[in-house]
Amino acid sequence: MSALHYTAEHEWVAVDGDVARIGITEYAAEQLGDVVFVELPAVGTAVTAGRVVGEIESTKSVGELYAPVDGEVVETNHAVVDDPSLVNSDPLGAGWMIAVRFASLPTMLTADEYAALIAE
Amino acid sequence: MTEGEFHRLIGELTVALDPDTLRRSPLEAVHRAAGASFTDFAGWQMPLRYGSELAEHHAVRTAAGLFDLSHMAEILVLGPEAPAALDRALAGHLSGIEEGQAKYSLLLAEDGGIIDDVVVYRTGPDRFLVVANAGNRDAAVAALRERAAGFDCVVADESDDVALIALQGPRAEEILREVEGFDIPGLDGLRSYRAVSGDFRGHEVFVARTGYTGEDGFELYLDPDAAPALWEALSETGAGAGLVPCGLAARDTLRLEAGMPLYGNELTRATLPQQVGLGRVPVPGKPGGFVGEEAVAAGPAPDAPVLVGLAGEGRRAGRSGYAVFASGDAQEPVGVVTSGALSPTLGHPIAMALVHPRLTEPGTPLWIDVRGTRMPARVVVMPFSARKKKS
Repeated sequence: MSALHYTAEHEWVAVDGDVARIGITEYAAEQLGDVVFVELPAVGTAVTAGRVVGEIESTKSVGELYAPVDGEVVETNHAVVDDPSLVNSDPLGAGWMIAVRFASLPTMLTADEYAALIAE
Repeated sequence: MTEGEFHRLIGELTVALDPDTLRRSPLEAVHRAAGASFTDFAGWQMPLRYGSELAEHHAVRTAAGLFDLSHMAEILVLGPEAPAALDRALAGHLSGIEEGQAKYSLLLAEDGGIIDDVVVYRTGPDRFLVVANAGNRDAAVAALRERAAGFDCVVADESDDVALIALQGPRAEEILREVEGFDIPGLDGLRSYRAVSGDFRGHEVFVARTGYTGEDGFELYLDPDAAPALWEALSETGAGAGLVPCGLAARDTLRLEAGMPLYGNELTRATLPQQVGLGRVPVPGKPGGFVGEEAVAAGPAPDAPVLVGLAGEGRRAGRSGYAVFASGDAQEPVGVVTSGALSPTLGHPIAMALVHPRLTEPGTPLWIDVRGTRMPARVVVMPFSARKKKS
């Protein structure tokens, strides 16, 4: 598996072959606060990069999950739907959201570029 | 995730301001050291949370929490005619309260709309402390000055010289008693909505048994210079009892569960007291009357919306501004959510909403439009979550 990619919507993307595993960054989880509800698209859903595909609600605010790539949802994380606090406790691991099979990858941010973005 | 989403917090009073113009608490350094996240609230930079706001909420329900409320406005009204001036300026009967007593009251406009909700403490025969919301400081000071003008008294805005720390929760009293160097002679038997003077290491502290969480607790008013030492003393003393520092996020869910209205959400210039469950606050027939009395007596229009509590199922909460409907497919809304959250204590969504007056009966089914999905709810009696009686 290669290094993580990031998006300006505060998501991380881990690419393994033609599947991208997607979650929100630690920064995003911290900004949201305690996540209490996660809604994810069904497996088989066709997604378009830049479109909203899910919702992440905390006690005090509402965030949206964007598809970072075009493709088809091949897996979703039931554990994070059952226990949304995984987003806060392990955003880059157990708190992952969806996996999408893609044909081509758009240009995304590197770790350094993302770090610069959130430092602004 | 977008940046804009992050800051849709705590209702109408949250405004994005230039960081340089934000007011800062005398406890800011203490909060930073404790790892607080900050939010802009009514022109102040205040702690939003220190870690998990849910953990902070639960701590207040089960043990104790410590809040910095130094943004609140403290206005002194003093002079021989201060009691009469406050009877005129505010809706309640303030001349009737005793020294050391506190009373919740309303500052109304001529048309009966709410300019602010306040807690008034009588600190002497001719001395009162009016505590107003930070966002309404200027409006409250201006209205009190104008209304007190014909009376022999002065109105002094002391907000910049007063820090406020709230200690809330079932273990609050026990913690307060153990703070080294904090002498509160009147604490024994101090009842709810009563206040006494204390001394913390040479600094006078006004100790009030009041709060905004639905729990037992205290609000401690003191010199800003002494506030960091008191905060740290409370933190250290209470740590073993489960005391944690709490931010505005927990404060908001706590007051919501307790059914307490928030200015800017439930209370506005457009609402009369009777619409928001505060019909018993105004006292008609006081000598000289009070500003807004005629409008209150006339009452709201027959179809004016009324505040209700709503309880839902699942985990998706209605939030401020979301439309309320009388059925799952009705086109026209019958109300609007003023505050809402997934209740940390109850585990289901709760909300306050202004709805059509024929829909206020407990058990009435209503639907909240949560970003395109109609979520079923029922009207319930507030508070949503009541304090357990002491055994």
